[in-house]
Amino acid sequence: MTAILKARNLTKIYSLGGLFSRTKITAVDRVSFSVQPAEIFTLAGESGCGKTTARMILGFEYPTAGELLYENQNLVELRDKKAWFKKVQAVFQNPFETFNPLRKVEDYFFETIQNFRLDKSMKKAEELIEEKLQAVGLSLCDIAGKYPGELSGGQLQRASIARSLLTNPSLLIADEPVSMVDASLRMSVVNLFRKMSDSFRVSVIYITHDLATAYYISDRIAIMFRGNIVEIGPVDQVLENPKHPYTKLLIESIPQPDPQIPEKVPIKILEEKEEYLRKGCKFSGRCPEVQNICKQQIPEDISLNGTVVKCHLYQK
Amino acid sequence: MNGLIEVEQLQTFYVLEYLGKKKTIKAVNDVTLSIPENVIYGIAGESGCGKTTLLKALFASIEPPLQLFGGKVSYLIKNNFIDALSLNGKEKRELRWSYISYIPQGSMSVFNPVKKLKVTYLDFLESHVRGKAGRELLSLARQHLEQLGLSPQVLDAFPHQLSGGMRQRIAIALSALLKPQVILADEPTTALDVVAQRAVLQLMRDIQQEIKNTIVLVTHDMGIHANITTCMAIMYAGKIVEVGPTQEIFSNPLHPYTKFLIHSLPRIGDKMPKKSVPGAPPSLLNPPSGCPFHPRCPEISDFCQDKVPDLNNSTQNHKVACWLRRESCDCNS
Repeated sequence: MTAILKARNLTKIYSLGGLFSRTKITAVDRVSFSVQPAEIFTLAGESGCGKTTARMILGFEYPTAGELLYENQNLVELRDKKAWFKKVQAVFQNPFETFNPLRKVEDYFFETIQNFRLDKSMKKAEELIEEKLQAVGLSLCDIAGKYPGELSGGQLQRASIARSLLTNPSLLIADEPVSMVDASLRMSVVNLFRKMSDSFRVSVIYITHDLATAYYISDRIAIMFRGNIVEIGPVDQVLENPKHPYTKLLIESIPQPDPQIPEKVPIKILEEKEEYLRKGCKFSGRCPEVQNICKQQIPEDISLNGTVVKCHLYQK
Repeated sequence: MNGLIEVEQLQTFYVLEYLGKKKTIKAVNDVTLSIPENVIYGIAGESGCGKTTLLKALFASIEPPLQLFGGKVSYLIKNNFIDALSLNGKEKRELRWSYISYIPQGSMSVFNPVKKLKVTYLDFLESHVRGKAGRELLSLARQHLEQLGLSPQVLDAFPHQLSGGMRQRIAIALSALLKPQVILADEPTTALDVVAQRAVLQLMRDIQQEIKNTIVLVTHDMGIHANITTCMAIMYAGKIVEVGPTQEIFSNPLHPYTKFLIHSLPRIGDKMPKKSVPGAPPSLLNPPSGCPFHPRCPEISDFCQDKVPDLNNSTQNHKVACWLRRESCDCNS
């Protein structure tokens, strides 16, 4: 199978500070990954890196270096943005901010149809909307004439997903789609992504720091730390048998819904800027298994039966 | 009464008037709660169920459009119960930060963005500690941060120079500055990643163990409750539906809503399909009759629609508001 989206040495550098004291932060540092058709691919890690990658895929931001290939076509050279958005759609974090509170939810559906010239007659447009809403467990009667405030967070997020499906995209970018949805409704949204990749053959890039839902729905996962992918592989392998010390820390830090689990050992946290600018492995400042080499040399990608780890521990 | 804060049949509603029409949003509807001393007390529930409003009432800060419709909040101060809601502005100010402090939602953005953090710290100290010079106060603040394992150098930084997790921890440290007996924390870990969240929880546990006070922690994340609270209450549509020791609630959840909350969470190592609670959260403008959970409840019985169940003891500390959990059914009378 050929990959639908490929990132090759993708890099994004932001400069911070005033005129005299500029520091450069490499928010995304030579990141390579690929997304297969009908696959749910998770980008997990701290706030920052995942979102920047998503913004580059959506074309809101240009990479400083490296390339993004969609079906072997370089996105930076892409002129026709509209054709691109027909294939790639996004679902954002907070459904209440996605929709304008003073506009009716259905307006967004008709506007999308108009923008992409999907259907000419009103009746056909309504049929199309109904079809997509049915796929997410809603119907046009549920949202007709309603403003975002009249729907629950879960309903609104599902409506947002239905809207993104209108153009029959082949890739969906979901940026923390459930973090603002009520706990009791969260799984209804999460289950939808699985359904979409199974029945519509849509690939999903799921950006999150909630590893439990990532484990639940995704096929492959990439763990990002300060701009680097430190571990990438099938989700079962990465999360059940983590190799990189940072992945281990992340998994250990998930609050388990079980009061029997004993208290955790205290951890140390370093400031972002300090870590972004660190030489060698960026995690070396708080890694429990740090060696001398970690502080001087950037580790290379090492393949270990199916997963790729960026850590000196596994160097032969 | 044996708690530190006692809430009795509290009713606080938002009253909105628009074009002559009156709307009441029943955010906290008949809540009775006893918060004990020296614990971390959790309040769980989804957005819009009245958690934040309950905290505001606990902080005795009921301001329009929020109005008190009945009930009482009492603080235990030097073995005397004081009716907190009838205090005047000056008396409330004296209690704040020395007896009770409040960490509002999104508190990582409470700091003035154009002032260094120490200015905010000094503001608080100057208005609550009398008869000390600026330098003394500043060293007090530094000492306090050092005790909590935070670097005192952050006081010289501007808020934007620190990460969200760090700012959140500085805001929590600020709330504990005068060693209050009660700290109310509203969703202190939302918008943080799991590692920063862990550091924040660790800090709250350290504060509690050092001052031996009570922290009331409001969050929708059941994982956090399982991790650091000792007792907890589950809120649904403005009412408390279950209270008890955290261990017992997780090992033996009684209310159908609590069961859903605990069992719908995915875990690593378990790929069983999970389902969310059917239906949508109720509107507080027009809450359902009887038990507020009945339109979504899978175990609904006849009287659930008509009568509101009250909190009943299942064991000594574990109480639940559900008709199904009544042992001797006196519902017909």
